[in-house]
Amino acid sequence: MAEPLIFDISRPGRSGVTPPACDVPPAVIPAELRRSAIPLPEVSEVDMVRHYVRLSQLNYSVDTGLYPLGSCTMKYNPKANEAAARLPGFASLHPLQPPAQTQGALALMHGLQEMIAEIGGFAAVSLQPSAGAHGELAGILIMRRWHHDRGDTARTRILVPDSAHGTNPASTSMAGLEAVEIPSDARGNVDLAKLTACLDERVAGLMLTNPNTLGLFEESLQEVTRLVHQAGGLVYGDGANFNAILGVTKPGALGIDVMHFNLHKTFSTPHGGGGPGGGALGVTAALAEYLPGPVVQAAGSGAERRFSWRVPSRGIGRLKSFHGNFGILVRAYTYIRMLGPDGLRAVAENAVLNANYLQARLSAVYPVPHGDRTCMHEFVAQGKIASAPEIHALDIAKRLIDYGFHPPTNYFPLIVPEALMIEPTETESLETLDRFIDALLAIAREAVSHPELLHDAPHASPVRRLDEVKAARELKVTAG
Amino acid sequence: MSFIPNTDADRARMLQAIGVSSTRDLFHDVPEAFRFPRLDLPPALSEQEILSELDQLSRQNADCAARPCFLGAGAYNHFIPAVVDFVVSRSEFATAYTPYQPEISQGTLQAIFEYQSMIARLTGMDVSNASHYDGATATAEAVIMALSVFQRQRSRVVLSAGLHPQYRAVVRTYTQGMGLTFAGDDAISRPPEDLASLCDKNTACVVIQNPDFLGRIAPPAVMKAIAAAVHACGALLVVVANPVSLGLLVPPGEAGADVVAGEGQALGNHLSFGGPSLGFFAFRRDQIRRSSGRIAGETRDRDGRTGYVFTLSTREQHIRREKATSNICTNQSLNALAAAAYMTALGPGGLRQVAELCWHKAHYLADRIRKLPGFTVHAGEFFHEFAVSCPRPVAKINEMLFEKHGIVGGYDLGRDYPELKDAVLLCCTETNTKAQIDELVDALGGSRHG
Repeated sequence: MAEPLIFDISRPGRSGVTPPACDVPPAVIPAELRRSAIPLPEVSEVDMVRHYVRLSQLNYSVDTGLYPLGSCTMKYNPKANEAAARLPGFASLHPLQPPAQTQGALALMHGLQEMIAEIGGFAAVSLQPSAGAHGELAGILIMRRWHHDRGDTARTRILVPDSAHGTNPASTSMAGLEAVEIPSDARGNVDLAKLTACLDERVAGLMLTNPNTLGLFEESLQEVTRLVHQAGGLVYGDGANFNAILGVTKPGALGIDVMHFNLHKTFSTPHGGGGPGGGALGVTAALAEYLPGPVVQAAGSGAERRFSWRVPSRGIGRLKSFHGNFGILVRAYTYIRMLGPDGLRAVAENAVLNANYLQARLSAVYPVPHGDRTCMHEFVAQGKIASAPEIHALDIAKRLIDYGFHPPTNYFPLIVPEALMIEPTETESLETLDRFIDALLAIAREAVSHPELLHDAPHASPVRRLDEVKAARELKVTAG
Repeated sequence: MSFIPNTDADRARMLQAIGVSSTRDLFHDVPEAFRFPRLDLPPALSEQEILSELDQLSRQNADCAARPCFLGAGAYNHFIPAVVDFVVSRSEFATAYTPYQPEISQGTLQAIFEYQSMIARLTGMDVSNASHYDGATATAEAVIMALSVFQRQRSRVVLSAGLHPQYRAVVRTYTQGMGLTFAGDDAISRPPEDLASLCDKNTACVVIQNPDFLGRIAPPAVMKAIAAAVHACGALLVVVANPVSLGLLVPPGEAGADVVAGEGQALGNHLSFGGPSLGFFAFRRDQIRRSSGRIAGETRDRDGRTGYVFTLSTREQHIRREKATSNICTNQSLNALAAAAYMTALGPGGLRQVAELCWHKAHYLADRIRKLPGFTVHAGEFFHEFAVSCPRPVAKINEMLFEKHGIVGGYDLGRDYPELKDAVLLCCTETNTKAQIDELVDALGGSRHG
């Protein structure tokens, strides 16, 4: 039941939406400027609706079921967020209208800046970054400029733990600095001895994901930040895993100097099949003037309160056009206000509880390299079955699809062979978690009794395993 | 509101399985002195309360759904057919992650493949990626791609002053650690054909916006001449384009562009105070391995059925880490879906009609303003925006338009170009009726004395 390409259901002469007739005298359009016909699809509205509805039905989504992708925080996306973002006063506001016409939007952005600063323990926040990696680039540029301002131009290295997301070293390179990998120790923490050995006058800072991608809280976090600061460096916090410690601790109080918050993870905005996201960036007081701008400032109080734009004096510059992914900011703001301080803390508590429950019940069958530790919002198991050596994490992941679940993140972090990185989030019920456990336990039994069921999985999906080598070799990336 | 299904009984059962007595015990790795701090945040609200509060807040904005808008400058107030919002509101698209498991993500992957195909056809290029954050970051990524074509051995970039001022700023932000020099954007009076003369053997690319920030069109013959001169230096030509204009105008791909980037908001995405929207990014096939962002490609499954996957991932950060072509991970997938749905809903004829409506209305407005004493419409062919020199400061005129007529006026060009003090950039789209345009002209005519 493959859905044809939209171009294949196109028929000359069909059309969907008809624009209005022209109500002004037409002007001359010079012939030399006109293009030839564009081969866009010609379909009726009903054909279009059916095409996209059928395509949508080929997708798995949070609204379909459990989506335990580690480090992706696929929690439920409240529908109130969507209603808020669609209010005409937000959705139809032009970004270049003067502040006198946009006080509601500026008030919301200012409120969100303040709330994220409070949640993170930071002095100032910029809402410009569109995603986590965008925030990382801004953060590394801030660190770079801060050192330059102090005449310290020799600091060209950023230390990145080997468990980090690929965006960390990639952002470092884009900022013109060199990423240096730091190994993890036997307990899954940053190896303090190796870190110390790397800390010299060439180091601009450290990028730290905490909890890290093993799902573990850095046991020597304060020692790590102290050592980096002592060596003259700054500490960047990758907030991808912040859902675990939301309301539980403030990174700014633990020695993190600059950190991005993934609004599309922790703060419940939908992922949209890959975006849009939001990567709000928090910094300490020392770095506040380095933020990308403009940011929103407030003056006066009560009925006299007015909001305006301000460009930080030593700012790294503009990170995108206009003011950030405002529609995403509206959703995150709505979520924080609905939960309040206790609700936010309950998010972390239940996310961590759910993850530890899964770890406790699954570790008897699937090895968990750091299973002796309490995990945070996620844990990394191994897709290895002792009595079925031919079975790999990929086979287990694909077989989960047949049981109606989205697979966990697999083969990441790179430091755990056959990794299955499992993050249930706080929005899943115990019954759902139990069904997921039952599925994984059943798959472990199948791995021994009927390994072909795993090798050939998935069986029940719209398509079966796809040939990625063929895709890369033939490179058909547009319709013929 | 909590969105947490666990009951106390559930929690007790789970804690027992884990072997701890309280959820708080799970946080023993967090330094005790900094555990469970007070959060100084407003108390929780019900959905009814927060939506009521946000409704009030949104009404403090003078949005463009309720009043005439002649403001463009990179964000455009187009009509969005209901079917576009319907498509992007489907949960199965909106609440899916990046399609890492292609077997259960064919909806997103095929939609991206179709989006890429439409963007390639619209721009006249071979290939498109799955999106960047916006037009400005797509432009910055185009510059970085050009640098990598020369293995960073060329370090000069020529930018047109007619490139959106915020895009020029973002290019500089992105590349501040790369040791580049910039030329070309010092004077708005410089005609685009002069930019090629700034090109030398150290120049990686020339970036031109067409129609430019002032709405002016460089015709195909001029663009072809520029492309030839840029290519003679071995450099790349990056063209930033308005996608709605491409419903009507000769696309950059037919005039020698190597990369076409731009803001895709005008294609079915709400203004939303400037985001989320999307940056489109199209290029020549021979540069595909140097390109940034995700790309969907066609393949087959084990049973020979056609399917789609992300391809050439070895360019990307999750595989290539510090050697990746870009750090981008999350992009603007749902906004790209809106763009594809918009192009599908309108089709080639509808998109051309929208572009022609923009053209006719903007030209009608310009013709009427030309007759107003004290106002001078700047010379040159334009699409749906044009610059006008005014007899009074633009901020004063806009204040009058808004206070007395409820009209959102144009963009004050003096903010970015000192030589364009008291000049305004006015924009018309298909949403501007003749009555609105006449009201604007009458208001401007009355403002000389007001």
